[in-house]
Amino acid sequence: MDQLTRRRFLQTASVAAAGAAVGPWVLRAQAQSSPVKIGVVLPYTGVYAVLGESITQAMELVFARENWTVAGRKIEMIKEDDEMKPPVGIRKTEKLIDSDKVDILTGPVHSGILMGMRDKVHNSKTILIVSNAGADAISRERCSKWIFRTSFSNWQPCQPMGGWVAKNVSKEVFQIAPNYQAGKDMMAAFRETFLPAGGKLVAEDYPKLGETDYAPYITKIKQSGAKAVFAFFSGTDAVNFVKQFDQFGLKQTVKLTGAGFLTEPDVLPAQGKSALGIITGHFYTPVLDNPVNKQFVKDFKARYNNKTPDGFAVQGYDTAEVILRALKAVNGNTQDKDKLVDAIAKVEFDSPRGRFRFDPKTHNVIQPFIYVREVREVPEFGLTNVPIDKVADVRDPGTGCTLPA
Amino acid sequence: MSFVPDFFGQALNGLSYGVLLFLLSVGLTLIFGMLDVVNLAHGSFYMLGAYAGLATIAVTGNYWLAMLVAPVAVGGIGALLERACLRPLYRRSPLDQVLLTFGFIYLFEDLVKWIWGGRIRSIPPPEAFSGSVQFFGATVPSYRLFVIVFGLVMAVALWLLIERTRLGAIIRAGVFDAEMTAGVGVNIDLVFTGVFAFGAALGGLSGVIAGPIQSASPPMGAGILIPALIVVVVGGLGSLKGSLVGSLIIGQAETFGKAWLPGASMVIIYVVMALVVLLRPQGLFGRALK
Repeated sequence: MDQLTRRRFLQTASVAAAGAAVGPWVLRAQAQSSPVKIGVVLPYTGVYAVLGESITQAMELVFARENWTVAGRKIEMIKEDDEMKPPVGIRKTEKLIDSDKVDILTGPVHSGILMGMRDKVHNSKTILIVSNAGADAISRERCSKWIFRTSFSNWQPCQPMGGWVAKNVSKEVFQIAPNYQAGKDMMAAFRETFLPAGGKLVAEDYPKLGETDYAPYITKIKQSGAKAVFAFFSGTDAVNFVKQFDQFGLKQTVKLTGAGFLTEPDVLPAQGKSALGIITGHFYTPVLDNPVNKQFVKDFKARYNNKTPDGFAVQGYDTAEVILRALKAVNGNTQDKDKLVDAIAKVEFDSPRGRFRFDPKTHNVIQPFIYVREVREVPEFGLTNVPIDKVADVRDPGTGCTLPA
Repeated sequence: MSFVPDFFGQALNGLSYGVLLFLLSVGLTLIFGMLDVVNLAHGSFYMLGAYAGLATIAVTGNYWLAMLVAPVAVGGIGALLERACLRPLYRRSPLDQVLLTFGFIYLFEDLVKWIWGGRIRSIPPPEAFSGSVQFFGATVPSYRLFVIVFGLVMAVALWLLIERTRLGAIIRAGVFDAEMTAGVGVNIDLVFTGVFAFGAALGGLSGVIAGPIQSASPPMGAGILIPALIVVVVGGLGSLKGSLVGSLIIGQAETFGKAWLPGASMVIIYVVMALVVLLRPQGLFGRALK
C-alpha cells in the first residue's frame, strides 16, 4: 500500500473539492445538451387517427425544417396513442410526465381526455400546449397557467356564425350535434349571437356520438319546417350525416350550415358532391391567400405525398412554431419553467391562418379570423372550403378564468 | 307538422335500418346455429365487404358488380378462416373461439388500414337510385327503398333455401344435431366450411349494401357488432325467422326512439333486449334452453 504523503493528500483533496464545486454545473450542462423532450398524446388508431396524423405531420414538417434542433438541443418527440379513450389518454399522460419526464406536453384531440389530464398537468407544473381539444372550460373556469391552446375553443368557430346565419341565411334554424360536451358547447355558442339577431330556434336534437343512421333526425328536420340547419359533426358522423341529408333531398330546400369540422378535408372526399354548398365557420382553409399559407401548403404537399393540409395540420404547425420560438427565446433552458411559460405567452408570428398570438387572459389562441366558408369545386384544390366572409379577432370570453394568477 | 307522413316516414326509416340489420345478422345467426361459434369477427366481414366493394368500384365503376364480388371475396376469406384457424378449436371451450374471432377483429382492421389507410371512405349509390322519392307525403331516398325490397327478397330466398331444398335440409339437420348428421353419411366438415363461408359472404354483402348509406372506415366492423349481437339475442340464436323479426323490431325501436324519445334513444334497444331476455331467455324464435 502506498504511503499517504502530504502532497498526495493535497492532490486528492483538491480534485475532490473541484469535483464538488463543478458537479452541479456538469449535471446542468448535461441537462441542457440532452434533447428537449416533447410528449405527444394523440389518437393514432381509430377513425380520429387521421386528425392525429395531420397534427403530427405538420409538427414534424416544422421540426425537420430546423434539423430537429433548437438552441443547440436536439428535439425528441415521444408519441403516445390515446385511442380517443380518456382512461388511456390519462394513463399515457402520466407515463409521459412521470417516467419520460417530458419538457413540454402536447395533444390531445378529445376534450374528455383534456379535462381528465388537466389536474395532473396543472399539479405537476407540466407545460401543455393543446393542439386540438376545444373544451371551453380549459379557457374558462378550468384554465391553468401551465396550459396553452393553439387550436380553438369550441365557442370560437360557432359564436360568429349565429349572427351571420340569422342575417344571411335564415332566422328559422334547426340545431343538431352529437350528444356530448363539445356538441352542446358549440350549439350554445351559436345561439349567443343567433337569438339576439332575431333568430328563432325551431328545434334541436342530439344524436349519440358515432350514430350511423340519421334518417329519423333528417325526417324530423324536414317536418319541422326549418329553413336552415346549424350542425356540428366530425369524423364518420360528419360523412354519414351529410350524405344522408343529401339523399333525403333536403339540400334543395334546407340550407346546411355548421361548425367547420363538418366539412374539413378529413371528411370532404368521402362526402363528395353531397357537401357542395354547405356553409361553415372555421379559422382556416387551405385556399387562404397569404404567403405563409402558400409556402405551408406547398411544403406539406411535397413532403406528404400531395396531401392538402387541413385545419388540424395548421394546429400542429402552430404548436411546433410556438415550441421553437419559445425555446429560442429562453436559449433552450427548460429548467426555469416560469420563464418558459412567459416566453410561450409572448410568442407571436405569422401562421398560415394569419397573425398568431395567445390571449394573455386565457392562454387560448386569438383567432385572427373566423372564415365563413362554402364548399365549392375549384381548380387545383377540387372540392374545398372557399371563404366567402370573415370575422376578425375572435377571442374566447374566458369567463371565470383569472390568469395570470 | 302532420302526424301521418311523419309516422309513415319514420316507419320506412325503421324498415330500411331493420333490413340492413337483418342482412348483417342473418350470417351471424346462421354460423352460430350451425357451428356453435359466436363469431365476433362477423363485423369484420361487414367491413371487408365494404372495402371489397370499394375496390371493385374503383376498378370497374360498377356498383352491381361490387355486390357480386364482395360476398364472393369475403366468403373465400371466411372459408379460409374456418379451415385454418377455427377448425382446430371446435373441441376446445367456446372461450377459445371467442378469443380467436375477437383477435381477428384487430387483425382485419389493421390489414385494411395497411392496404387502404385509415381515411374515411364512402360508396356512392348506384346511378339509378341516387335520388329520393315522395311516398304518401314522406320523403325516402330511392336507394333505401331498394335496400328494403332487396332485403325482403333475400329473406324469402334464404327461407326457401333452408326450408325447401336438400341443402337446406342438411343445414337444418346439422344445426339440430351435427354428430347424427355426420352419422347418416353427410360430409359435415364440408357443410361446416360451406355454412361459415356463406355466413361470411352475407356479412360481406351487407357491407356493400350499407356502403352508400354509411361511410366505410376500418373500425366500422367493431361498431356494428353490438347491434348485430342484440338482434341475434332478441330473435333467438340460430333462427332465420328470429333474425328477420328481431332486426325489424330493433330497427323500429331504434328509429322511433330517436324520433320520439331522443333522450332515451341510446338505451331503448337495450331495454327491448332486456325485456325479451327476461320473458323468453331463448329469444323470440330460439329453441328452448336445455
